Amino acid sequence: MGYALNFNLIWRHFDKLWGGLLLSLELAVISIAVGVVIGLVLAVWYVSAGRVVRAVIAAYVEFIRNVPLILLVYLVFYGLPTVVDLAYSAPTSFVLTLSVYSGAYLVEVFRSGLDAVPRGQLDAGKAIGLTPWQRLLHVRLPAMLRITLPALSNTFISLFKDTSIASVISVPELTFGAQWINFNTFRIVEVYLVTTAMYLVTGYIMLFGLRLVERRFRAAR
Amino acid sequence: MSEAPNASPALLDMRDVSKAFGAVEVLRSVSLQVKRGEVVTVIGPSGSGKTTLLRCVNFLESYDSGSIRIDGKEVGFRETATRQRRSERDLAAMRAETGMVFQSFNLFPHLTAAGNIMLGLTKVRGKKEAEARSIAEHWLGRVGLAHKADSLPAELSGGQQQRVGIARAVAMEPKILLLDEITSALDPELVGEVLAVVRSLADDGMTMLMVTHEMAFARDASSRIVFMADGEVSAVGPPKEILAAETSNERLRTFLARFRASHF
Repeated sequence: MGYALNFNLIWRHFDKLWGGLLLSLELAVISIAVGVVIGLVLAVWYVSAGRVVRAVIAAYVEFIRNVPLILLVYLVFYGLPTVVDLAYSAPTSFVLTLSVYSGAYLVEVFRSGLDAVPRGQLDAGKAIGLTPWQRLLHVRLPAMLRITLPALSNTFISLFKDTSIASVISVPELTFGAQWINFNTFRIVEVYLVTTAMYLVTGYIMLFGLRLVERRFRAAR
Repeated sequence: MSEAPNASPALLDMRDVSKAFGAVEVLRSVSLQVKRGEVVTVIGPSGSGKTTLLRCVNFLESYDSGSIRIDGKEVGFRETATRQRRSERDLAAMRAETGMVFQSFNLFPHLTAAGNIMLGLTKVRGKKEAEARSIAEHWLGRVGLAHKADSLPAELSGGQQQRVGIARAVAMEPKILLLDEITSALDPELVGEVLAVVRSLADDGMTMLMVTHEMAFARDASSRIVFMADGEVSAVGPPKEILAAETSNERLRTFLARFRASHF
């Protein structure tokens, strides 16, 4: 191999990567938080709603799941402002897109979790005289959470990685930082090695944290 | 909408209750009365409608016609000419007056033994946390599980879970306790501890309607036994009469013969 690795230039511009990582995390956290709210509300609505509402929610989920995220990002950032009178920054646009995107995936996770709560537990909630809202709050949602935690962890990690797509609309997150260093130093191997390591380590830390939560909940089964 | 108390002295008064799942008639004009303090056992072959009957009493299942009254009050429907289903809020309030113990325990897995009992006490009965806790501890003591108050269901044996299930139901001070094959999911060696708890509640005068396959227990603990077959009440009477081998009821005779053949 005639290529000699030289990381000096990477370390000189490391603030681009570090700042990028922090922004990636920020984009992920906000989008996931909004996505969880969308997912929970729609999932609960879905399982108790009639055919029309179900069809509308299913259509939303299917649309998002069958369109590449990058396309949605373009649509919202370039397309939407030309049709309606809206102005937003690239990061805001991306958070908006990823929130709606994660919401669709999370509806599916929560909905299947709600369906998986054993009928007997709901009967037990009825039998002691809980109202429908109390059953949802104190019986069905806690049971659902325990069932969905593993799937939820996977979705969260996946959504964190999806923040790299924000680079296509010049949001200065981690991948964008890596591209900037590559264009300015031509150390393509080094910069992507370091960036990969940063995604990996962050992903692992997230996974480790989520597994801890899972274990706590599993102990409580 | 007059809800005048019924003149019948029975605590539970079922009259001509019928129910069909599609084309299958699960209950055919079932009538059954349970007086205060009585322990009534329902036996019969599987598919005879026993469990459905029980689930109609607290309206976990709706019924198509007839009436079910507890303490004179119609359970699932408003007492109007049009037979309107009660609101969910009313149904919840009605259900709080009946306790139910399930075949598969159905404890809330995220709550401790005490937490399972406290949920209804705090959310339905409006008791303060501390009071609910002491009631829960009292009942856990009654079922011999005082030391397991902070254990999660997964940490308990089947027999222990079922005793928590019983404590959860009786802590609400229901007018009647419904027991749905509560020992069927238990290992044989755990059946005794659960039946002992039921027995002690019966001795305290708790009114009970119980579906069971434990014939010896039915014989010893019941005031009356109801034999169901094909969705109908085929025979009712004191245990001695119903469990007599020489009964003239042919379906009952077949059932008992088959039961004896498989259990002895």
